[in-house]
Amino acid sequence: MNLQLLLIQVFNGLVNGAFYALLSLGLAVIFGMLRIVNFMHGALYMLGAFVAFALGQTLGLGFWPSLILAPLIVGAFGVLLERTLLRRLYGLDHSYNLLLTFGLTLLLQDLVKQEMLSQFAVSSAPYTAPASLAGVVNLGFVVFPKYRLFVIAVSAVICLITWFVIEKTRVGSVIRAATENPVVTRAFGINVSAWITGVFGVGVALAGLAGVLAAPIYSVEPYMGAELIITTFAVVVIGGMGSILGSVVVGFAVGVLAAIGAALYPPIANTLVFILMALVLLVRPNGLFGLPEGAR
Amino acid sequence: MNKRILTALLLSTASMSLAQTAKLSDGIIKLGVLTDLSGVYSELSGAGSVKAAQMAADDFMAANPGYKGKVQVLGVDHQNKADVASNKAAEMIDRQNVDVLLDMPTSSTALAATEIARQKKTVAMVVTGGTTALTNENCNKYTFHYAYDNYMLANGTGVAATRKGGKSWYIIYPNYAFGQDLNRQMTAAVQATGGKLITPSEATPFPNTDFSSYLLKAQSLRPKIFGTMQAGADLVNVVKQYNEFGLKAQGIGLGIGLLFETDIAALGQDAYAGALATIPWYWNLDQRSRDWAAKFEKAFGKKPTWAQAGVYSAAMQYMNAVKRAKTDDSDAVVKALEGYSFSDFFARNASIRPQDHRVLLNVYTVEVKPKSQAKEPGDYFTKVATIPASKAFMPLSESKCKM
Repeated sequence: MNLQLLLIQVFNGLVNGAFYALLSLGLAVIFGMLRIVNFMHGALYMLGAFVAFALGQTLGLGFWPSLILAPLIVGAFGVLLERTLLRRLYGLDHSYNLLLTFGLTLLLQDLVKQEMLSQFAVSSAPYTAPASLAGVVNLGFVVFPKYRLFVIAVSAVICLITWFVIEKTRVGSVIRAATENPVVTRAFGINVSAWITGVFGVGVALAGLAGVLAAPIYSVEPYMGAELIITTFAVVVIGGMGSILGSVVVGFAVGVLAAIGAALYPPIANTLVFILMALVLLVRPNGLFGLPEGAR
Repeated sequence: MNKRILTALLLSTASMSLAQTAKLSDGIIKLGVLTDLSGVYSELSGAGSVKAAQMAADDFMAANPGYKGKVQVLGVDHQNKADVASNKAAEMIDRQNVDVLLDMPTSSTALAATEIARQKKTVAMVVTGGTTALTNENCNKYTFHYAYDNYMLANGTGVAATRKGGKSWYIIYPNYAFGQDLNRQMTAAVQATGGKLITPSEATPFPNTDFSSYLLKAQSLRPKIFGTMQAGADLVNVVKQYNEFGLKAQGIGLGIGLLFETDIAALGQDAYAGALATIPWYWNLDQRSRDWAAKFEKAFGKKPTWAQAGVYSAAMQYMNAVKRAKTDDSDAVVKALEGYSFSDFFARNASIRPQDHRVLLNVYTVEVKPKSQAKEPGDYFTKVATIPASKAFMPLSESKCKM
């Protein structure tokens, strides 16, 4: 393979990396702050895409309003779930919330499938990029869809904002305190339970946002999150469970590596991330950016 | 004599005399539609296939009053899994007395279920499964392959696209039995017509959502045709991204291995406009087809796919064979089917090849028309070529079938 083609693939890999980063970021926020292994994240990503599609079908809303509304709706749905179901499991073993979120995933996929079957097609729902981002742009070394450039940009900005808020602002320090030591934080007059709900809602909204961004690229179908979530979990593990920086950096890196893999030796594209995970865990059991439990 | 015993005796002699006219194993012809009722192929076959078989049963009974009340339809979900398909096929034959298995989307399930049918000496008519193995190395006395197969897809589209100027190809295929088989057939058809592959075909992971790497490669290779052997949801992704990367504007055409109407519905026909594909039937092929499709749409609420129309036709031909054989005994029905020639709304100029049980029929290479040219919803295709039944399928000389 020549150098130009390799460069093109590196660049192309950033698009998938953008999705991995957004999704693993949400997972990392939820796990890092609340210690919930949210297996439902892929289904919520699918829900984001489906809500955007449904908003278009029923209310005639285009891409731009959906880009704001769909994550809000998915986030609100997350808040509802946290309030009614997840919070009952906080004191229990991780396997309980894994089972619950897995069950909810199956439920959500089937509900969406029924809805889509009754309308027209379960294999996909049509959704295209807005006119302003349609078409391709010649970057000199490659002709690339404008919309994909937009996805890379949005993802990078959102990741940066999230990292900044959690690591550098007072809001972030309250969240970290509330999850590190809820009793003391409560003693300062802070409503810990409300903060936890809020953090979960934001993490879930990030998955919804990724879903809306994905709708014009991938097909909108009930199982679109099922495959992605496995890779995303691998990204979170490589980056270090709960590490914000790790999830973002590794997310983009895995996207790029998979694209190079797909170009050099296609069969390895989907396996590469797991090989990487095995290697990283051998050397650094807490992941690249992770710290040992209790040392945060 | 006890009155009840007398009635029973009378009834049994009555039923025996009935059985004289048509020797049905349990007094009933039971059509078993083994299909995908819940997964990725459920919309192109699924409940619609069961409905099509039911319509065939109703029409057959209406046309043959002697069989009134004697045909039943059973729809069973095989979940596209070979092991489930085996178990369900055995259960349908042993416990539910099914006389014929129909449909069977997904090549692996078709191979698994037909093997069970062979062991239990039960007729199986594969409509939606595509692998040519069914009439080659895995052929057997009780299995018939209806509607289409990978050879016919490749032969139709590969030849037509190459003749239309598609001299250079870049082909990608999903890395499993169906995709590998279709890639082999497509490559052979392109090369036999004077076309060439710019680079060896590439296997993609299956399933897969992101095809950008291959599309970017196509951009730099500049083939005349980008051939995709993906099917269902994967195909929808390929086509969506083919459009996104603007390959058509760059002079790279799209050649599709296996296309169902539902794939077009999923993206809208403009995404496919100009693409070539080969299909055994479409609903507005002619008036006869339109009439049947209208009946189906009234009963089912949606237009039929070619797979569903094929299930109706296969079910009807099975029942006609039972009528000719005057029994549903498998060996006799197989004999009645072998070499039989017919023409119905779906299968034109059709005949059943006795040597390998390939059902030969006219097929059509079509070009997807843009929405602006569609006269009504679902008007997707412009016919490019009719491939006569004798040319559409693998010639016997190439068949590996030993029956």
